[in-house]
Amino acid sequence: MNKVFAISGVVIKELYRRKDFYVLFVLTALITLLLGSVNFFHDDRIARYLKEICLLLIWISALVIAITTTARQIPAERENRTIFPLLAKPVTRAQVITGKFLGCWLAVAVALAVFYLFFGVISGSREHAWPVLKYFQALWLQWTMLAVVIALVLFGSVIFTSPAENVTICFFAVLGILLLGGHLNTVALGLKEPARTMLYTLYFLIPHLEWFDVRDIIIYDWPRIPWLDCLLATLYAAVYVALFLFAAWLVFRRKVLTT
Amino acid sequence: MKASRAILILLLLLAVAFSLGTVLQLHAPRWTHRSPSESVLALAFGESRQLFANHFFVKADISFHSGYYPSIFDEARQAEENDNDVSHPDEKEEPKSEGGFLGPPTDWIDRFGRHFRPTLHTHLQGGNIREILPWLRISAELDPHRVEAYTVASYWMRKHLGEVDEAEQFLREGLRANPDSYELLFELGSLYYDNRHDAGRARNVWLAALRLWQKQESGKGMPDNLSLDQITVHLAHLEEQEGNLDRAVEYFEMAKKVSPTPSQLQKQIDEIKQRLPRAGTLSPH
Repeated sequence: MNKVFAISGVVIKELYRRKDFYVLFVLTALITLLLGSVNFFHDDRIARYLKEICLLLIWISALVIAITTTARQIPAERENRTIFPLLAKPVTRAQVITGKFLGCWLAVAVALAVFYLFFGVISGSREHAWPVLKYFQALWLQWTMLAVVIALVLFGSVIFTSPAENVTICFFAVLGILLLGGHLNTVALGLKEPARTMLYTLYFLIPHLEWFDVRDIIIYDWPRIPWLDCLLATLYAAVYVALFLFAAWLVFRRKVLTT
Repeated sequence: MKASRAILILLLLLAVAFSLGTVLQLHAPRWTHRSPSESVLALAFGESRQLFANHFFVKADISFHSGYYPSIFDEARQAEENDNDVSHPDEKEEPKSEGGFLGPPTDWIDRFGRHFRPTLHTHLQGGNIREILPWLRISAELDPHRVEAYTVASYWMRKHLGEVDEAEQFLREGLRANPDSYELLFELGSLYYDNRHDAGRARNVWLAALRLWQKQESGKGMPDNLSLDQITVHLAHLEEQEGNLDRAVEYFEMAKKVSPTPSQLQKQIDEIKQRLPRAGTLSPH
């Protein structure tokens, strides 16, 4: 386990050495503050539009950080030939996969914590309310969703030849699931066979990432989600994470690493 | 090349660029067919801004329902967009119901997914109404000819938030962009009558609205009868309050021709007519 933590530590250090996070955070903060300074009918109690825009930017930024950070992990190790001394430590290929996953996931957690802290301050300064537990739920569910995304991208990075290809395909897949995943059943009902069965099968196969998007609960001040539902959703995500990581390991363990 | 010479060339180029900029700036709007007074949003979005204006208007309705809104895949979406609640505030709120347009869940994924999003039909109440205003403002900013954005925002501001001055200012902004809008004049008249209690100005504005309606709609095959009904009924009530009963009857008669409930208006006409002989004198108008 120490070897896994050592590998993940390197990934976390990489995140704060690179500029991606800082640029995205500054952009998010700048756009939010700029929109927050707009005066709508001299009413400074209007908050929801700001929460909505800030959360949207957080979601976009977190996805960008998670996908781009993960996609370059294994290809970069192969390109720089640092994968060989790493595997000669000795570290197994399963540990490399697990370490890279853990590193990316924890790095994203640090980024999310900073983003949500900013969101909490902005939202609290407008609404004068601090629903910390609700924010924690939103952060937790988003982080859980990102675990699935990171595992998927890691799997993609051992299949696709270039990181750019992997990033593009994963972005489309994740956005597709987030925007359409929950509606495939409705669309399937309007189709004829065999398209209906095919679409319904896809609906049951894909990880339903849209569950984890609880922005509406936060923006419109709906009551907190029951903890049991959060736990079940976490278990659901864990199954997909295990599935993608296992698939990544299956491909990676037999992969020829010389380029 | 010496550093000083390079700096001088740079300064010279800057001076030329600045001079050209000042000369050409005057002609630029003609080439681009844009008005120099166009807002940043209008410049950024171009012709697509009407599309975005509609999106933000729908966003106001989504906000009014606290996120409980049909998606583009739900059959109810089109109906909700065409007949959104935020534009029809006087209609009675539907009873709060679980599921609503969502219907019963089709499978376990659908059922469990509903734990993570709003599933209750509610409308914003009290001061929370203010949360729809930014979307309406942006919608009007993107498409200044979207009259509904001004009238809806004004209604909520004056009726529920007590922001009468802001409502009037916004309506006047709308009137500057749409000077021939009888809807805006009707809303402005309502503001004078309901909030400023200025019957004289309300009458003048409503009469102007009526004239515009007659000019624009009377010749149409499918005229906007709802607006005519609203304008004439309000004018009738105003005249009734002011004691001009014959005028009130006249407006109620006009409204009766287009009203979906003519029998109710007839009842009011009959009541006023009963009072007419007792009133003794007719209005001087």
